[in-house]
Amino acid sequence: MGKIAEKTEGSRLIMEKTKKTGNGLKAAKLTDTNLLLIITIVVFIVMYAGAMIFLQKGFLKPQTFFNILNANAALIITSCGMSIVMITGGIDISVGGVVALVSMSCAVYLDYQGGNLFMSLLLALGIGLAFGAVQGALVAYLDIQPFIVSLAGMFFARGMTTIVHTAPFNVANEAFVALKGTRINVPGLGTVNKLGNYVNAYVEIGVLVALVTVVVLFCVLKWTKLGRSFYAVGGNRQSALMLGINVKRTRFLSHLICGLMAGIGGYVYFLHVGSGSASHASGMEMNAIASSIIGGTLLTGGVGNIFGTFVGVLSLSTIQNIVSSIGLDQAWWTGITVAAMLCVFLIIQSVILARKH
Amino acid sequence: MTGKKSIGTENKFADLFRRQIFIPIAALLLLALFNLVVDPSFFKITLGHNSVGDPVLTGYLMTILDYGSEVAILAIGMTLVTAASGGQDISVGAAVAIAGSVILRVLVGLGGDGTLQAPILVGFLAACVVAMLFGAFNGVLVAIFRIQPMVATLILYTAGRSIAAWINNNELPIITDKGFTVFGGFIPGIPIPTPFFLAVLCVVIALLVLKFTNLGLYTQAVGINSSSSRLNGLNPTFIKWLSFVILGLCVAVVGLIKTSRLSTINYSVIAKDIEMDAILAVALGGNVLSGGKFNIMASILGAYVIQFLTTTLYKFNVSSDALPAYKAVVVIMLVVISAPTVKEKLGAWGRSLKKQKGAA
Repeated sequence: MGKIAEKTEGSRLIMEKTKKTGNGLKAAKLTDTNLLLIITIVVFIVMYAGAMIFLQKGFLKPQTFFNILNANAALIITSCGMSIVMITGGIDISVGGVVALVSMSCAVYLDYQGGNLFMSLLLALGIGLAFGAVQGALVAYLDIQPFIVSLAGMFFARGMTTIVHTAPFNVANEAFVALKGTRINVPGLGTVNKLGNYVNAYVEIGVLVALVTVVVLFCVLKWTKLGRSFYAVGGNRQSALMLGINVKRTRFLSHLICGLMAGIGGYVYFLHVGSGSASHASGMEMNAIASSIIGGTLLTGGVGNIFGTFVGVLSLSTIQNIVSSIGLDQAWWTGITVAAMLCVFLIIQSVILARKH
Repeated sequence: MTGKKSIGTENKFADLFRRQIFIPIAALLLLALFNLVVDPSFFKITLGHNSVGDPVLTGYLMTILDYGSEVAILAIGMTLVTAASGGQDISVGAAVAIAGSVILRVLVGLGGDGTLQAPILVGFLAACVVAMLFGAFNGVLVAIFRIQPMVATLILYTAGRSIAAWINNNELPIITDKGFTVFGGFIPGIPIPTPFFLAVLCVVIALLVLKFTNLGLYTQAVGINSSSSRLNGLNPTFIKWLSFVILGLCVAVVGLIKTSRLSTINYSVIAKDIEMDAILAVALGGNVLSGGKFNIMASILGAYVIQFLTTTLYKFNVSSDALPAYKAVVVIMLVVISAPTVKEKLGAWGRSLKKQKGAA
């Protein structure tokens, strides 16, 4: 499996190289994007293959991989939004808080207000869009540092979550529980369990949403005018302005999309855990930023790839799985490994940037 | 004649408005006025005796003085970091947990019975060294690898509390020695909380350093324009790095206060969200969050104003979990008011108003 992925990556690289002759500036950017993307993919494949060879146990089962997807569907979606903001040169650390607020609000709405599923989904999207719009307006039109704005957004969302409802509780709404339990079988990848029965491999609905998000945003970034202007603004705001791009609107839209993704991610998260709690998704903003960075999005903006972010999330959760399956399952090891990985990738980025100057 | 006079006072007012310290003072007065109107008993201070029989002052104002001092100490370092690097350190809460953990490890050790195994000074110095090392780590990432400060400190923010738990092997050592509680409580015979004196000591040291060395000037120069300060013979890398190390020192002092209050540690809760308060203090002090000019005293005042706000909210039975929502609103209001575009618009609006007056 690994070999094929590497091979296709190689042919992609050749394709990019042939494209390179097109125009100077863009080609330089593309090689950076590709270099970082290749590093990420190689790291992920080496890690997963290593786990398959040395740890065996669960890693040989396809379901382990699908479980990683199931558990991280929400993270994939929020990370994609985060990547877009980071490509545009900003950052949004409020996503974890928004996810918690969305799941708590939807839980309260479904259980205490007797709401229906469709309205709860609209509620989730509304909350996400509201956060994105306010933060985007402050960042883009008032020119306030995105970090400060979204730090305030994070604390506001966390505080609001406890104001909406303090105690954590499980949602008992029938339609919701049915939706939560829906499993989509993946044909041909099941395993035979100890009793000799064939068990189908499955993914949850959230994974489909996540995959659609990745594909849509990938296409938007690659082939639409808006997507290209995200890169242009992130690469150099001044020259983007001179090229006639509406810089303010682009920055605003990047935050709006990130907010929307946090809203969708929040609903998917809610669908996965099925409860509302103020401590949900704690540290998710850090994981989202880490995934984007590992996936090759440069903090300085202008460079990044949604597919890389997807692989970044997978790498992050794979290393967490490896750490816990080699017996270091005390809670602190997860934090330390994530931080160490983030540190390594940040330094790689910094070296690449230094090489450019 | 009267016209001239009014212009004079107007200018004075404008001058005051332009002063950096105006924002925290105005916020403080506003909060004080609010409390005075709603419930004057907020300002009541009573002299009582604690369980040991020492005289202590209690009241909301004393709480502000007590807990505000922690934020004030951090605000010193945070102001320097902000000024030099143009970013903020969001790992201070986690770093406080590490410093506290080191103090407990040195003083009590693993599986100890709670008696002191080493002098308190040794524990504190060990915490200083460790906290400064972590500060130096952040500093290296920011200064040498040129990573944005907030993202660089994100690493320690993610890992810090885990490291703190790991230092003590996830045990919760308890110090039974009464002498240790002095730093977070009261010195016998003096009714004012000790953290206030520690804060004063830190501020005095910081002001002396700024007065007798070029640190302040250099920090401003680096913050305003890093490359031109390098062309002028400064070493921006070193100055940025140094500001993070100084913040590490401040973190160690707060770690001492925090562990002394409890005589033990709770890795996930200790100094939670204190980074928000420290950053807020710097912002409230009117310092430019993107680096450059700074005013330590304004930040210190900002720190106490933040605590004033926190205490006021607590008094109105706002739960500690909901507190961040209100503070976030304050932050947003502050940054919006101080945003250059808003300032410009307000200025233009004021001028047009004046013109209309003149025309009339």
